[in-house]
Amino acid sequence: MAQAKAAGGRRLTLLVATRKGLWQAHTDAARRSWKLTGPQFLGHIVHHCIADPRDGRTWLAAARTGHLGPTVFRSSDRGRTWHEAKQPPAFREGSGRVVDHTFWLTPGHASQPGRWYAGTSPQGLFRSDDAGATWRGVDGFNEHPQRKAWCGGDQDQTPDGAKLHSVLVDPRNAEHLYIGMSSGGVFESNDGGAGWRPLNRGVRADFIPTPDPEFGHDPHCVRLHPLLPDRLYQQNHCGIYRIDRPAERWQDLSAAMPKSVGAIGFPMVLHPRDPDTLWVFPMDGSSVWPRVSPGGKPAVYRSVNGGKSWQRQATGLPKTQAWFTVKRQAMTADAITPTGVYFGTTCGEVWSSRDEGRTWKCVTAHLPHIYAIEVA
Amino acid sequence: MAVRVLIPGPLRSYTADAAVVSAQGDSLQAIVGELDRRYPGIRFRIIDEQGAIRRHIKFFVNGVQAMSLEPPLRERDEVMIVCALSGG
Repeated sequence: MAQAKAAGGRRLTLLVATRKGLWQAHTDAARRSWKLTGPQFLGHIVHHCIADPRDGRTWLAAARTGHLGPTVFRSSDRGRTWHEAKQPPAFREGSGRVVDHTFWLTPGHASQPGRWYAGTSPQGLFRSDDAGATWRGVDGFNEHPQRKAWCGGDQDQTPDGAKLHSVLVDPRNAEHLYIGMSSGGVFESNDGGAGWRPLNRGVRADFIPTPDPEFGHDPHCVRLHPLLPDRLYQQNHCGIYRIDRPAERWQDLSAAMPKSVGAIGFPMVLHPRDPDTLWVFPMDGSSVWPRVSPGGKPAVYRSVNGGKSWQRQATGLPKTQAWFTVKRQAMTADAITPTGVYFGTTCGEVWSSRDEGRTWKCVTAHLPHIYAIEVA
Repeated sequence: MAVRVLIPGPLRSYTADAAVVSAQGDSLQAIVGELDRRYPGIRFRIIDEQGAIRRHIKFFVNGVQAMSLEPPLRERDEVMIVCALSGG
């Protein structure tokens, strides 16, 4: 791998969280050459590592090992040094519930420096007001009398454990939050997490008998556009959806995807400046759910009209016999023009496009199974 | 009373690489509490929020597995913490 240019221009770092540790891939604004550094936390399962856009230097990483309990590490110097949270996310003593791993991290609203949210497996929502040093449960969700009905029991889990993910903060209103749960569905709070209600109308849940159920869905990834916060997209177990609030019913965009590829996948990425442009990475959700690139031919699909139609973007990607997929946090975009799009695969490759998905290059290979990629 | 505590490799990042430490306490519960005071964070990696020993962690006292943190300890007992490594 070529050395990234050190002088001149903006530097960009990808935080690559894997099943065996954390790596960083560094480049500059041209995004032609990359330098890989790491690992940090070698041997830890790092489910997510994300930078705080509010200060530009705080990074949080959610980690555990196969035998040790889950924790959160914090850096205030862009990953040079790390400190463990004094009080990681944990359910209330006496609740009988145990956090298996922290899965998702979201920096809070711009008006609330130090506020972070964490989603766990099994489904729990936690909050920190000191930049990740100490965490406490969001009782409005964790202790909600309907929580078990919404989520099922902790044993009713998806293969890698039920997740609370996609914690979204409305940039116009710190009290307005969304969460996604696999399983459970999408839920909304208008009071900073004190109360929650399901927001799943119009979303299919083919795996349960109730037609158009109120909850029990399986969103894989939910995104809110920062410039148009009433626009949300959802990559779901049963398709691709969009909602424009205050609408209460999601529109099913799945039919616009080619039938031979389908509308199943894990990640979904939004263009930072255009709410109508987004990317997905389809996977095989047929029969026993192989969860690999359909036909062994990986491709990104992009829509530039809010999901009404999709274009295949596979130039540079393997043409055949490539059976990886991309997890829900393992695809992202940068804020440079033209937008760079990145994904990490289950077989440890990082792919980069510096032209909004038209062409792809492999940044690095041979890393462990990649769980998450974020731009710092 | 003082007991000898054998620290497994995955936890030595907390003990500055010490493989053996001495700790004061009359039960495993007390020993784990003291370890956490001296090495903040170590308890939650091996004991969950409901007070149970985590699934892949074992405690042995003088070579006999302890099934809970409750049994009393005696002066010069040896406590061994074991991480059961598994998976690929």
